[in-house]
Amino acid sequence: MEIVSSLVSSVVTTVFQLSRLGRNGMRVRTMDEKALDVYDVIRSIRDPEKPNTLEELDVVTEECVELKELSEDEYLIIIKFSPTVPHCSLATLIGLCIQVKLQRCLPFKHKLEIYISEGTHSIEEDINKQINDKERIAAAMENPNLREIVEQCVAEPDD
Amino acid sequence: MKEALVLVQRISAHPDSRCWFVSWSPNGALLASCGGDKAIRIWGREGDFWICKTVLQDGHQRTVRKVAWSPCGNYLASASFDATTCIWKKKNDDFESLTVLEGHENEVKCVAWAPSGNLLATCSRDKSVWVWEVDEDEEYECVTVLNSHTQDVKHVAWHPTKELLASASYDNNICVYKEEDDDWECQATLQGHTSTVWSLCFDATGERMASSSDDRTVKIWKEFPSESGPGNLSWKCVCTLSGYHGRTVYDVAWCPLTGALATASGDDAVRVFKEDAAASPDECVFSLVAQATKAHSQDVNCVSWNPKEAGLLASCSDNGEIVIWRFKED
Repeated sequence: MEIVSSLVSSVVTTVFQLSRLGRNGMRVRTMDEKALDVYDVIRSIRDPEKPNTLEELDVVTEECVELKELSEDEYLIIIKFSPTVPHCSLATLIGLCIQVKLQRCLPFKHKLEIYISEGTHSIEEDINKQINDKERIAAAMENPNLREIVEQCVAEPDD
Repeated sequence: MKEALVLVQRISAHPDSRCWFVSWSPNGALLASCGGDKAIRIWGREGDFWICKTVLQDGHQRTVRKVAWSPCGNYLASASFDATTCIWKKKNDDFESLTVLEGHENEVKCVAWAPSGNLLATCSRDKSVWVWEVDEDEEYECVTVLNSHTQDVKHVAWHPTKELLASASYDNNICVYKEEDDDWECQATLQGHTSTVWSLCFDATGERMASSSDDRTVKIWKEFPSESGPGNLSWKCVCTLSGYHGRTVYDVAWCPLTGALATASGDDAVRVFKEDAAASPDECVFSLVAQATKAHSQDVNCVSWNPKEAGLLASCSDNGEIVIWRFKED
């Protein structure tokens, strides 16, 4: 009986592992799926100038989202986006929109880093520094004009 | 480690917004906090618990970034993203708005009182540091505008005993200012950090300074007599604490009573370092003696040592919480 029960238990464990069920039987999302969750949030952000989404303009792609596990329940999300126009303030604005939408919409605990993908901009270091300075982001979002533009870009179609 | 950081109380101080800063009153009895909800809260102890004594809600139109107590404890200054600095006067358990200092072009990032209580410094994203003088009639006047930084100035701090001022900036540098012949000027520019310097503080004697940065390090700087003559300062980095912080170090605080160094980081942790018996006087070694790795569930923005009660430490976070800690040394 003992041999049988231990065999059953090891089979059950394997079945659980294969179907990626956690201990409580809930389906655990893989890193790839979490990355897709992140991409799902940012793909529909509207470009501040054009009537298109960031996905439509290739500003963000599935591959531009990278996830690293920081601890058991927290992830580091790294996003590298490519602004269409070599215009500094527009690139910063897109970075701001991505920051704000992810802060609001992601259900899992995360730290965020956003960068302009290399070679797409002349002063990318300056822009990257601004986008990742949370004090600057917070102050920018208290500017009513800037806030209005960002809200329009991150609004869902059915809002 | 025989030292430990023990949680005394967790307070939901600024619900649904960030708590950016906490500061103990000079007598150690009150704690002021401020945040993204545009409010300042004053906390006092009732028995074993810290409770909210006062809420100052209508002083600012935007985030209140930092607050600072005057050395006498009768005034509180608040720096805001609305580009103003408010001076509050304490009246029993309440505070009334005395005056509003205007002049900066955009967000004021920090305000600090000089040890004499007669001078106040503010700094801003407009890249400048302003020094204000206050007279016996409680009138404030700007005496100088210093433009030594090339970017957003994040923090200013006064030397504990001399009228010497230091500032930390997004331009990765620290500037030290002194009054020379009635004129304030930048005496030294400390380079070394490879990203934004978020905070700095002096030790109890003012001989050394600690700075914390987005480059994930804390640097200790020491004053050396300069070859160019007495009275001139030369600051050198004598120690760099690296490898301890997983993300930006937003704040560093040096306890005037015990010499312990506390840090606040974007990796959600609060850490305490103590100095080892020095190998040489020009180099110092600090060791991590205690840490709370999940001090808060989000970035820790500030740490502050109680000036009267050794080992009492306050921290605050993006999740709007304040935590009171006891740092125990056996």
